[in-house]
Amino acid sequence: MAGSQEHPHDGAAGASEGALRMTPAVIAPGHTFESVTDKISGIVLTKRTPIGWFFGFAIAFAFLMLMNLTIGKLLLTGIGIWGNNVPVGWAFDIINFVWWIGIGHAGTLISAILLLFRQQWRTSINRFAEAMTLFAVACAAMFPLLHTGRPWLAAYWLLPYPNTMGLWPQFRSPLIWDVFAVTTYFTVSLLFWFTGLVPDMATLRDRAQSRAGRVIFGVLSLGWRGSARHWHRYEMAYLLLAGISTPLVLSVHSVVSFDFAVSVLPGWHSTIFPPYFVAGAIYSGFAMVMTLAIPLRKFYGLEDFITMRHIHNMTKIMLVTGMIVAYGYANEAFFAWYSANPYEGYMMSNRMTGPYGTLYWSLIAINAAMIQLFWFRRVRNNIGLLFVLSLLVNVGMWLERFIIIVTSLHRDFLPSSWDMYAPTRWDFAMFTGTIGLFLSLFFLFIRFLPAIAIFEMRTIVPQAKLQPEHHG
Amino acid sequence: MTRGPHDIDALRARLDSTRGRQYWRSLESLAETAEFKEFLHREFPQNASEWLDPVGRRSFLKLMGASLALAGVSACTRQPTEAIVPYVRQPEELVPGKPLFYATAMPMSGAGMGLLVESHEGRPTKIEGNPDHPSSRGATDVFAQAAILGLYDPDRSQTLTNLGEIRPFGTFAGAARSILASQRPSQGVGIRILTETIASPTLAAQLRGLLAQYPRAKWVQWEPVGRHNGREGSRLAFGEYADAQYAIEKATVVLSLDADFLCAGAAGLKHARGFASRRRVEGDRTQANRLYAVESTPTSTGSRADHRLPLRPSEVEGFARALAAQLGVSAGAMPMVPDAAAQWIAPLVKDLQAHRGQSVVIAGEGQPPVVHALAHAMNDALGNVGATVVYTQTAEAQPMNQLSGLQELVGEMYAGTVEFLLILGGNPVYTAPADLNFAVAMQRVPVRAHLSLYEDETSALCQWHVPEAHFLEAWSDVRGDEGTVTIIQPLIAPLYGGKSAHEVIAAIADRERSGYELVREYWSRETGLSTQPPAPAPAPVAPTAGRGLAPANASQPAPAGNAARAVAGGQAAPAPQAVAAAPVPLVSPFDREWRKWLHDGLVPNTAFAPRTLLVAGNVAAAPVAGGLPASGRATGLEVVFRPDPGVYDGRFANNAWLQELPKALTKLTWDNAALVSPATAARLALVSGDLVELRQGGRTVRIPVWLAPGQAPDTLTLHLGYGRTRAGRAGNGTGFNVNPLRTTAALDILTGVELVKTGETYQLASTQDHWSLEGRNLVRVATAAQFAEDPQFARKMELQPINGLTMYGDFKNDGYAWGMTIDQNVCTGCNACVVACQAENNVPVVGKTQVLNGREMHWLRIDRYYTGDLENPDTYHQPMPCQQCENAPCEVVCPVNATVHSDEGLNDMVYNRCVGTRYCSNNCPYKVRRFNFLLYQDWNTPSLWLQRNPDVTVRSRGVMEKCTYCVQRINHARVAAKLDDRPIRDGEVVTACQSACPTEAIVFGNINDPNSRVARLKASSLNYSLLAELNSRPRTTYMAIVRNPNTDLEPAAASAAEEGA
Repeated sequence: MAGSQEHPHDGAAGASEGALRMTPAVIAPGHTFESVTDKISGIVLTKRTPIGWFFGFAIAFAFLMLMNLTIGKLLLTGIGIWGNNVPVGWAFDIINFVWWIGIGHAGTLISAILLLFRQQWRTSINRFAEAMTLFAVACAAMFPLLHTGRPWLAAYWLLPYPNTMGLWPQFRSPLIWDVFAVTTYFTVSLLFWFTGLVPDMATLRDRAQSRAGRVIFGVLSLGWRGSARHWHRYEMAYLLLAGISTPLVLSVHSVVSFDFAVSVLPGWHSTIFPPYFVAGAIYSGFAMVMTLAIPLRKFYGLEDFITMRHIHNMTKIMLVTGMIVAYGYANEAFFAWYSANPYEGYMMSNRMTGPYGTLYWSLIAINAAMIQLFWFRRVRNNIGLLFVLSLLVNVGMWLERFIIIVTSLHRDFLPSSWDMYAPTRWDFAMFTGTIGLFLSLFFLFIRFLPAIAIFEMRTIVPQAKLQPEHHG
Repeated sequence: MTRGPHDIDALRARLDSTRGRQYWRSLESLAETAEFKEFLHREFPQNASEWLDPVGRRSFLKLMGASLALAGVSACTRQPTEAIVPYVRQPEELVPGKPLFYATAMPMSGAGMGLLVESHEGRPTKIEGNPDHPSSRGATDVFAQAAILGLYDPDRSQTLTNLGEIRPFGTFAGAARSILASQRPSQGVGIRILTETIASPTLAAQLRGLLAQYPRAKWVQWEPVGRHNGREGSRLAFGEYADAQYAIEKATVVLSLDADFLCAGAAGLKHARGFASRRRVEGDRTQANRLYAVESTPTSTGSRADHRLPLRPSEVEGFARALAAQLGVSAGAMPMVPDAAAQWIAPLVKDLQAHRGQSVVIAGEGQPPVVHALAHAMNDALGNVGATVVYTQTAEAQPMNQLSGLQELVGEMYAGTVEFLLILGGNPVYTAPADLNFAVAMQRVPVRAHLSLYEDETSALCQWHVPEAHFLEAWSDVRGDEGTVTIIQPLIAPLYGGKSAHEVIAAIADRERSGYELVREYWSRETGLSTQPPAPAPAPVAPTAGRGLAPANASQPAPAGNAARAVAGGQAAPAPQAVAAAPVPLVSPFDREWRKWLHDGLVPNTAFAPRTLLVAGNVAAAPVAGGLPASGRATGLEVVFRPDPGVYDGRFANNAWLQELPKALTKLTWDNAALVSPATAARLALVSGDLVELRQGGRTVRIPVWLAPGQAPDTLTLHLGYGRTRAGRAGNGTGFNVNPLRTTAALDILTGVELVKTGETYQLASTQDHWSLEGRNLVRVATAAQFAEDPQFARKMELQPINGLTMYGDFKNDGYAWGMTIDQNVCTGCNACVVACQAENNVPVVGKTQVLNGREMHWLRIDRYYTGDLENPDTYHQPMPCQQCENAPCEVVCPVNATVHSDEGLNDMVYNRCVGTRYCSNNCPYKVRRFNFLLYQDWNTPSLWLQRNPDVTVRSRGVMEKCTYCVQRINHARVAAKLDDRPIRDGEVVTACQSACPTEAIVFGNINDPNSRVARLKASSLNYSLLAELNSRPRTTYMAIVRNPNTDLEPAAASAAEEGA
């Protein structure tokens, strides 16, 4: 909100005492239309790929190959290569699915909701947050398919296609709702992301040195010439897509939470799940944006565009959503006691003191206790610490899904069927493999597409204030 | 890998270059070289190990790639012509798709169990009990259920071998005959025949005939888990061998002295049925029986006892003496008994004496003869003889002291006086007492031959190995426990050309003859009926038709008497009389009887007549067993040896169904373990899975321990039958061989055992890790007094009454509504239902690692819970099939409609449609769904294809499966009923688990029919649903347990429990 009240700031690195108290700007002073455009398009159009990029991409790609190997093994042998069993029918597969989907929430939130609320600070992070959303959803979408016993059939039997047998999916199943929710979310996110990219594609087309660059960016820019009519339609389309996306932010993870809430299992069967899952998703999504933004601004020298202001705001959002999540944990425990249901009661005491108790308390330590550090400005200013904390938040949210899924399943109603779950190396291979896929796509993205919206950045440089604002 | 010269020529050249003495040394050293070893290991010297070689692999891949690329070219060729020949003349009664049932029997450990075997187009697929047979009454035990897999076991020995070379049977018979001929002058002094306990009258007659020809030859029997003690006990009591037949159904008070009489032994089924008849919910509750069990190791019998007293095995004798003295039997030396036991005696004596003539005392096979003799004397003193106990001659054809016979045989083998040892069945090298060193002694015999189903440890040390015909492949006969003879008729021609013991004896004594002839000849002689038909010679029913898989002759539909129990398909065939009523009945007098025997599965009037035997005055004069000071504690631990509940004495070690069957109380699979009580384990600082070494008298056994609640203190239970080295692919390397500790002096009980921790651990695969009920109302129990006071107690334990939850009203179905009740009062946890389900429904075996991972596939499991003191808990068995919920939680969550509700209330699985999300399993509160995580079915072993039930889909990888209430049997009955234009009758559909159950604990039927048995049971106040508060409305319901404790003993038991805690 304070975005328009710029503090004069000379940008001296030594003025840390002052920086502690002042709200930093959304863009460092001294930038013009041209400097912004040069800086961002230069990352893409440069002929010289940084050696660090190759190094990072190679590691990510190696993990991507591990994922391919795992999928190959999985299709040939069956999901028995994982540790899932009866009673723990879902484990790493669905944990990872929910984790990735949750991470994918920040992108849309930043793009759509913050756009509608006219939050200027979203501008420099929305592009790569949206890309992150797409890649995370792509990682997530693999799991519901691959976790099935017969993915080659699940690939289309879960879709309502007309067929001679007159067979339809079972619309009462939350898994079908998932299919709709996730595909809708992916489609809208993709459109939203691509629409936002069009003006920048035109910029790159115009500045590209190579013929290939001109052709490819030319095609992708869909004939953008920057006319007033183009801008008008662009603005309208972007706003409409934002409007469409906004309910999705809430709906997707609500639907994902129905996978659990609709069941009869103690620990799953709970009405608190939708809001609690949505908050958790935003929380983990922002943690992932932070995890990506901190190295990105460091290695590409984008501190001017992704300023401490952004970091602070993201931290605050994590603090708020993290505390909603912690409230959810408290509520689960309260209802387990208040319901006087012996199965719920046992589920909760098993979470706390059972064989997976250490993981539960790690989760509480991270998601309820550790995030309280974000109250402190000194912590919010410590980039290195924030990077570690944002990674830990991602770990914490993964643990949350592990606790919800595994501890609820492994000891349910009949003590006779209680069993333990232990992941196999293929479980870890699949998980790290999707991280490899995610990072590989992200590396390609920052190399070949503008990671920050150029034209939107241009709207927030001081130069733009001279003209009537046409866009918030 | 480096490539060395591995050309035989090169090696030969190297050898050629050496001379003289060096030559030999060089050969040895040459053999040590890597090159030579590689040569030895390359079975196919060209290209065999190319795969491991980087260069070779590349060229191999090139070739493979080229072959694959060109493989498409060959697709243009025609498929080879294969002739499919239909029946030119359709065999009578054989309708494809309709199973036929044949009556036969399974011989085991000196008794037979009457069976009906289901046959589909000539291949037996499923074993049921014969309802007409007095020892099974339609039920079966796990061994009979699993025998069908044993028949098709691909690891069975398939060829007759002499020193590893394949030989025809004639060669063996000729060789044996020539040995016998050479022994004729000495009257067969060097001939010894070692068999298992024989209960076949024909075989016994053959053996006696052979011994008559060779008077100095000897026939020795050895059964590792035999009735040695019972036999000697009867001699002690009566001076002769006799069997006691217990009429448990007439007994109001039953005392078991370490006897697992409900589940073990040939009479187990009969006892279980009798016991259940006085316990079940529909029975006369005022006349409920009361069971006292004194036992050293927890058994299924003990789990059903109203009072259970864990005693060290050596203390049982003292207890028996003390009790006998109180009952007025002269019991010899009076040892001290532990306090807990002493408190038992007065109330027990009072209860027994209050039920004179209605009580029974049964001694366990593991207890020494004197305990058996005391039990006989106590029954005598209580006036039970003639009422609940009847004495008869023994079912085994030739009772003898097997142990001394075996000792004598080993002595003679050591002495070198045995020239020819013929072993018919059994595996004495593995099972004989360790101190006899049977394997060493046997190798001093010049000629050794072994007839066996498997090429096992004994076969490996015999020059001749003859593959044995399975009992489903051969003609024979056997006596049931109470004497009734069943003719064993084959269901299929021998798969691997095996021979029966009858045929082997005939071939070596005389000439090769078929088992069919031999059995008929014996019975024709016994009955005095002529096999010659009165009129011009008809073609007698020929043994096995030409087709390899055709069923043997004398095929009969299910006997009319079985109509209530047999599956519908078998009944549609015409009645046997119609078969016989051909235009001119040219059947011989013998054949007329014979056909009836085969049809009914028993020879009438062959049950033993009761005998009157007098108990000797001083049965217990013998000193206390083993010279033990039964009063004081012997140093060290005590060990009891027991047959394994799954693999028995090791004969079923290669039966994967039995290996994977969770043992009734420990729920262990694929292994045995030393059972130890929790308190003893705590004292010795042991936890389950600790590998220990047991030492006694220089003998050692390494085995992991397993904590068994209810185990007697300081007592280890070791199950026989594991640690086999030549069992086959399933049995090799499973478990631990405990036979090295088992000596002639300690066949059943071993004292003074030292336990040494090795510090290592061993992973044991148990299917139920959690034994507590966690205070949940899953098993509902009351005493008889509480039940009388509040008959609705089970309903009152409901967490939350469910009513009027739906806006739409209940779904009404007017047709059949299938439902099941399971009576926990009578379930002994014997597991017969579990194996029956596995056999009926093509349930795969997954192996130990998958069981460890919680992926066992049994559609029906038996949950076992303990309550109370860990040292002597109350144990409950709860069979858990699919509950077939009316509001099934699994159905709403399946995204592809693969599990749906039928209008008869079945929760159907559509395997074709299942994509395997496992959501249904997650949402199943009973966790009865099973998922094919990997390809568990064996699609590659042809012999196993024959076993599969053609009415049940064989599931593949990635598909969920579960209990269907045997929907294929419902559909068979439906077809039969529709043909007759009538509704399905109550009792016409019998699920596989129900038909196997010895106690009839499982009842199935139409709950819409108020007169059906299941509907009547569901109306009982004891009937309750599991997890009713979830509103899943299961169709499977349970009967609450009503115990019948002795009020005099209950406080005593409670205080004893406190002491133990």
